Amino acid sequence: MSWLKYCLIGTVVILTGCVSAPPAHDYTAFRNADPHSVLVLPPINNTVEVIAPYSLMSQVQQPIAESGYYVFPVALVTQTFRNNGLTEAADIHAVPFQKVHEIFGADTGLYMTIEEYGTSYVVLSSETVVKVSATLVDLRSGVVLWQDTARASSAEQRGNSGGGLVGMLVEAALNQIIETVTDRGFDIAAISANRLLYVEDHNGLLYGPRSPKYGQPVPSEKK
Amino acid sequence: MKKLFFTIFLALSVSACKTTEPLYYHGAYNQAVYAYFKAEDTTLEEQINILQQTIQAAANAGKPIAPGIHAHLGLLYFDTGNADLGKQHFEQEKVLFPESAKYLDFLLTARQGA
Repeated sequence: MSWLKYCLIGTVVILTGCVSAPPAHDYTAFRNADPHSVLVLPPINNTVEVIAPYSLMSQVQQPIAESGYYVFPVALVTQTFRNNGLTEAADIHAVPFQKVHEIFGADTGLYMTIEEYGTSYVVLSSETVVKVSATLVDLRSGVVLWQDTARASSAEQRGNSGGGLVGMLVEAALNQIIETVTDRGFDIAAISANRLLYVEDHNGLLYGPRSPKYGQPVPSEKK
Repeated sequence: MKKLFFTIFLALSVSACKTTEPLYYHGAYNQAVYAYFKAEDTTLEEQINILQQTIQAAANAGKPIAPGIHAHLGLLYFDTGNADLGKQHFEQEKVLFPESAKYLDFLLTARQGA
């Protein structure tokens, strides 16, 4: 009888453990550094989708700006690196931070890696996934201010519409078409970018100087 | 009286749900940048048009334009050979966001040298 009780308690603990959000970041270094601007470097792409870095770069600017920072225009930044003979993201990430700071005058650099990107067709469903990990580095000191990973999937929003096996197959095929034509990856990248960076999301950036909430604690710090 | 409390409660719960007001007007900036990177389907002139509309819409709505939009538009003008308008929008970006001044001056100097 008692082992059954422990099993039940264990199950409850495991279930609640899955639901609770990851522990809050330590924002001490970030807050002390007080950055005003963010330079998004071309992300390293660990997927086969060639378009992934461009899609992600186009979508990360908004959550950074809305958090209260100046975000350097990504197309110009990419071109500047290219004009200096740097086309590979890995080479760009290897440039000494002092050099990057010297050229752009940015307080921080956002170094991202794309872990997953694209649509997979798996028998009964198609799913578009974008997973990104990112590190915010103080370009004046080289100190890491913030680090996180976010993942978003099209399957989150789509309920099981029922209709049996045939219905599911049709839905899967339709989704595949819709997700390819309208470039679902670009849309999912926006969700991923917001989840990762936006100040109002759990463990996002701090409020920047252009935010009316500058200096206030972020949601994950409020306990 | 009960009704009043209920109304207050309702108002409070609704305001609690209210999402944060955006700081900037972004319009079609994300899409324009994506189109520029892809370099297919959309011509530079069309991209310029999209951003001009976004800037106009921001002005109409009385909303501040998002960082990067004037700089990106400047880039598009430079790419189409219109250096005067390119420079003008770089300057506009610098006025709105002084954080960009060092980088944009670096780009302007590099262009003059070329």
